[in-house]
Amino acid sequence: MTRVLRVEIPHHLRTLAQLSGEIRLEVEEPVTLVRVLDALEARYPVLRGTIRDQETRQRRAFLRFFACQEDWSHHPVDAPLPPEVAEGREPLLIIGAIAGGTGLPGRGASRGSGR
Amino acid sequence: MSQVRVLVGTKKGAFVLTADGKREQWEVSGPFFAGWEVYHMKGSPVNPDRIYVSQTSSWSGQVIQCSDDGGKTWYAPGGGIRQSPQGWPVGESNRFVYDTSQETGKPLTTHQFYDGTQHPWEFKRVWHLEPSLTDAEVVYAGVEDAALFLSKDGAHSWQELPGLRGHGTGPKWQPGAGGMCLHTIVLDPKDPKRIYIAISAAGAFRTDDGGETWKPINRGLKSNFIPDPNAEVGHCVHHIAMSPRRPGVLFMQKHWDVMRSDDAGDNWREVSGNLPTDFGFAIDVHAHEPETIYVAPIKSDSEHFPLDGKLQVWRSRSGGNDWEPLTRGLPQKDCYVNVLRDAMAVDSLDDCGIYFGTTGGQVYLSPNAGDHWMPIVRDLPAVLSVEVQTLA
Repeated sequence: MTRVLRVEIPHHLRTLAQLSGEIRLEVEEPVTLVRVLDALEARYPVLRGTIRDQETRQRRAFLRFFACQEDWSHHPVDAPLPPEVAEGREPLLIIGAIAGGTGLPGRGASRGSGR
Repeated sequence: MSQVRVLVGTKKGAFVLTADGKREQWEVSGPFFAGWEVYHMKGSPVNPDRIYVSQTSSWSGQVIQCSDDGGKTWYAPGGGIRQSPQGWPVGESNRFVYDTSQETGKPLTTHQFYDGTQHPWEFKRVWHLEPSLTDAEVVYAGVEDAALFLSKDGAHSWQELPGLRGHGTGPKWQPGAGGMCLHTIVLDPKDPKRIYIAISAAGAFRTDDGGETWKPINRGLKSNFIPDPNAEVGHCVHHIAMSPRRPGVLFMQKHWDVMRSDDAGDNWREVSGNLPTDFGFAIDVHAHEPETIYVAPIKSDSEHFPLDGKLQVWRSRSGGNDWEPLTRGLPQKDCYVNVLRDAMAVDSLDDCGIYFGTTGGQVYLSPNAGDHWMPIVRDLPAVLSVEVQTLA
């Protein structure tokens, strides 16, 4: 069965992929991180290599995955995501690590990259 | 009337500066790729409107961008322009994979690390893009960790030229302070199979067969910071410049020392002469006078700013040894910026404009071969690279 879920990516990557706002992706069950990333990169090839290394497929060190306010960055990539994310009730957040600066106003201030 | 287009890569995006041949009124466009580091951008000599850009980020890795209209619009090759038969865009442009295949006979996987141990080669970013002199779709990329890649399809896909890393000295290469980067690529206009490259901190290398085989060309370099100051590799070469009018003659700014070779790099001799300090990064050659060269002296390897707070370019009209300071129009007090290795360039107008960018965000121009300088812009992000296109 195919699920439609929601994904948020960092500002710089939205600009790179010429996107605004959330992304809605169709992903086959079971909905896992690796399936979400595969679907994301298939739909937006310019993002290949920007979230995970093209060759090792490892997450880039300064990007993190959050689902239902829990850090999933170190979870197995083939573990099923929480139902709230898999069913599209909550977004999967891909965010840049904060490294100084004040970031953007509002939500971006707490979650965006402060470069 | 001629036009000049200056391509400026900065710590926070790219800028394009344009003017007519008088070079008095400048139009500034950008920032493009705002927020990303733009290590280098360079136009094709065959089709000047084709510009290649290295856009990189510690957060999000490497992206290659292109323009086909001289920098007005941009696209990431493979990022959605072409479509596969299934309808998905084909995306490969930011894929730089080291060639470790047995077929090439060069399965090199480690180099020397800071602590002397062997360390795996890991791709980090593209430092320099060098478009072919004969085909706008062909472009070379110098990357960190040091290797040379080639694209024959307009940066859609990249393949390593593995003979460089695998020629024998690769395990002895080690990172400089800025990483182990291949930062200089010089193409010989008279011999399409001859290419020079430079790596920090390994040295200079040359191929005479289009990149199949390579050899170190470091004889005559002396680097007191390595155990054998005359070693075959291990030298921190900062940049190499060559006049297209006289391809066999090379000029080098090394970590310390300004060097010259009259035999395509086989032998080097020091030409620092009366320079107040021979540490620096940038070096270039006058477009029409192959013996006129320029450097931007920096105080030392631990203090990356001009001596006494005075920003100076030094010019030699004799191919080195005899140098004169060029100061008119440049700040002569309280200036503590750096001029990075790819941040100096020349145009090919009759009076030869010289350009350089600083880590303070200024881009300076001398429209008269260095006699007098003026800022084109003063407040960009730190400038990483400057390239100039002279357009008919």
